[in-house]
Amino acid sequence: MTAILEMQGITKTFPGVKALSNVNLSVREGEIHAICGENGAGKSTLMKVLSGVYPHGSYDGEILYDGKPARFRDIRDSEHAGIVIIHQELALVPLLSVAENLFLGNEVATGGVINWPLAYQKTETLLRKVGLTEAPTTKVEKLGVGKQQLVEIAKALAKNVRLLILDEPTAALQENDSQKLLDLMLELKAQGVTQIIISHKLNEIRRVADRVTVIRDGSTVSTLDRSEINEDRIIRDMVGRDMANRYPDRTPQIGEMLMEVRNWSVMHPEQPRQVIRDVSLSVRKGEIVGIAGLMGSGRTEFAMSLFGRSYGRDIKGEVTLAGGKPDLSTVSRAIEAGLAYVTEDRKVLGLILDEPILRNISLANLEGISKGSVLSRGREQQVAEKYRKVMNIRTPSVFQRVVNLSGGNQQKVVLSKWLFTDPKVLILDEPTRGIDVGAKFEIYNIMNELAAQGHGVVMISSEMPELLGMCDRIYVMNEGRIAGELTREQASQERIMALILQDGMKGEAA
Amino acid sequence: MSTAETNKPATSGIGAHLGSHLRENGMMLALVAIVLFFFVIVRATQGVDFLSAQNITNLFLQNSYVIIMALGMLLVIVAGHIDLSVGSVAAFTGAVASVLMVRMGLPVLVVIPIVLVVGGLIGAAQGYWIAYWRIPSFIVTLAGMLVFRGLTLWLLGGQNIGPFERSFQSLSTGFIPDLFGPDKPNFTALILVAVAAAAIVWTGIRGRAREAEFGITPEPAGFFWARNAVVVVALLFVGWKLASFRGLPNVLLVMSVLIVLYAFFTESTTTGRRIYALGGNEKAAKLSGIKTERLVFFTFVNMGVLASLAGMIVTARLNSATPKAGVGFELDVIAAVFIGGASMSGGVGRIIGVVVGALIMGVMNNGMSIMGIGIDYQQVIKGLVLLAAVIFDVYNKNKQG
Repeated sequence: MTAILEMQGITKTFPGVKALSNVNLSVREGEIHAICGENGAGKSTLMKVLSGVYPHGSYDGEILYDGKPARFRDIRDSEHAGIVIIHQELALVPLLSVAENLFLGNEVATGGVINWPLAYQKTETLLRKVGLTEAPTTKVEKLGVGKQQLVEIAKALAKNVRLLILDEPTAALQENDSQKLLDLMLELKAQGVTQIIISHKLNEIRRVADRVTVIRDGSTVSTLDRSEINEDRIIRDMVGRDMANRYPDRTPQIGEMLMEVRNWSVMHPEQPRQVIRDVSLSVRKGEIVGIAGLMGSGRTEFAMSLFGRSYGRDIKGEVTLAGGKPDLSTVSRAIEAGLAYVTEDRKVLGLILDEPILRNISLANLEGISKGSVLSRGREQQVAEKYRKVMNIRTPSVFQRVVNLSGGNQQKVVLSKWLFTDPKVLILDEPTRGIDVGAKFEIYNIMNELAAQGHGVVMISSEMPELLGMCDRIYVMNEGRIAGELTREQASQERIMALILQDGMKGEAA
Repeated sequence: MSTAETNKPATSGIGAHLGSHLRENGMMLALVAIVLFFFVIVRATQGVDFLSAQNITNLFLQNSYVIIMALGMLLVIVAGHIDLSVGSVAAFTGAVASVLMVRMGLPVLVVIPIVLVVGGLIGAAQGYWIAYWRIPSFIVTLAGMLVFRGLTLWLLGGQNIGPFERSFQSLSTGFIPDLFGPDKPNFTALILVAVAAAAIVWTGIRGRAREAEFGITPEPAGFFWARNAVVVVALLFVGWKLASFRGLPNVLLVMSVLIVLYAFFTESTTTGRRIYALGGNEKAAKLSGIKTERLVFFTFVNMGVLASLAGMIVTARLNSATPKAGVGFELDVIAAVFIGGASMSGGVGRIIGVVVGALIMGVMNNGMSIMGIGIDYQQVIKGLVLLAAVIFDVYNKNKQG
């Protein structure tokens, strides 16, 4: 078989980060090629290079498509060549019909006038190909996620796709929808469509993939043939790296029980499905507890539902905090009870970007800078100056708007805001996402300091080495459940991955 | 980054200070310039004194209701919303007041609180849908604009109701009596204005002292004194003019008290601060424990109360409730807030800016009318001024990056 695609020596750097370093990928005509790797390993970046999201010239290396060098300037360019990517977050317009979505930007029209009868006819043909029987006029929002995924594929087919890329296509799907999707992939393969699937689910990979390429830290580790695909090998290739000296030393001084959560269950805010099932977890004084899991495993949803019911509905479960039963029914009560949640999305959920540093720091504890309800701006500035020193926020002035700060300094402002509420337990959701290595180290130091002061720290992270380097105990979450709990001594990337994968299979068997 | 760099102040010197406060200072200067422009032009073309005691009095009487409603509208807009219903609400509450007084014969001191409560209830009725049902404020208050205009017509039966007893009229057209006898000038007015001017300077000095205590880099001293001198001279001039005519209008006093209260509320209280946070980033505010729904609801209740106060003032001024009262007020009020520097997307805007914005609109209305400029050109010019003010804002923001 000939190679339809050869990516040779692809290197892509962002300011301060080398996302891809000399990656090689070879995909044969008509095969299904799986790409495996941890979150942040560079899979999505690689696919963005391929599809022209990062245009030719913004990366080093060569892409050969059909044996000829390809230099895509944008997505349209790559789509013309028959390369279509379906992202994890679906790119459909919910309020438009299936037919309108299928031909969006590619309308069945002459001189700008849409030929609806022809469009509907084509839509029906395409829908039949992906196994859907919905009317072309159905609005996309009326379809479930599984069917929307199929509409995405139909949309790709409408563009005469030759190389279809699916980025974690089953992440949001129920089991039977996943099976249908995998069946469809095999069917498309029989029709000659080459496919690349990015997935964490090894059983899926075993089922559909002809070959697997494993990526780690922005480099290709191995490409395995179908006969070589086995769990141990893939896990080893995915996580095998050293992690010396990337985490500050710390001697844990773990004290009495601080917070215990028992049988926490949460329903999705709109859909009738359970997002968190019977999660139990505990944090002691001076302890750093990690929550590992893949994206979509429910870690953020768990933390936010705990923090003043900021997520979900029908929340059930018990919490003890510092020996008492805290009232966590609203965010302000949760703060009062001694809980703080540092969001994973600091720009959207954590900061008021256009306001200065000092106003962001005081936001969650305005009582702390006021008498009666009259603010003291002097006190506010003193507080901000204090945290600027303690946290080493690099800024010319605390009156600087936070939008002008780097990611690491913004994160320190968010941390300052929460420390000023004097919390007992801090939940940090991806505290080092999108910040550079130096700032990461500083954030780790702050976390260790907080633990040493007797706070309980819960760290949610998708970077396993970070969890292993920082945490005294690690909970592994998968599909809204606790899949297992590992002590510092027991924990390794292999064991975490194994827990996730085993839990996934249990879920399928059930 | 070295410590030397981190300790460097963000801005220094008068030039930099002017730059960072360009908006507010620019607005003040624009107001002064517009006043001077009309003073010169009106004298040259009409031979009329634009800054005569009577015209200054008129300016306040004509614009008080816009300023009063703009105070509430600022909160609504800072919270990230809009209220299109204020003109209709003002008309409706004015009609309610007239029915209570003229048809039912209730005393003024009973009617005023009742009407303020009615205004609050109207605000609550609209704010409920906006805050708790998340229905866009544009739609809810557009509906309110129609509903309350209709209810005004229904309540008045298409007729005017009036006249009112003197005590109600004095709400708008009354003057504070001179405690020192009827001689000119009016000493009570002079003393009140002088006290107000002294209070402004004193709070300014005290603020600077406190800032110094906390180690905040204060506004450059020269600039501080220059700004205060301009404000004091303007105040004393206006005070002198008013004193030599009929004294301080009641409505000016009401308005001044409200301005001070709202400036304090927005800048120095926790609730005020939270409204800015809510407008700046609602999700982040919510995750910081701020009860965003309740605050949005409050801003609309507050707006309703102020609209009803303005409604009574307008009704008292016309000495009758009319079905056409308050038509187009919402646009004047919203324009004043945006000229005053508020941002459509919420989170930005100051009371002082709004007051200056409303005065700019008012001075232009008044000046152009005296000059005999037709209503057609007046609208065009006001529209262009609004656009220019906002373009100036956007340009500044882009330049700062």
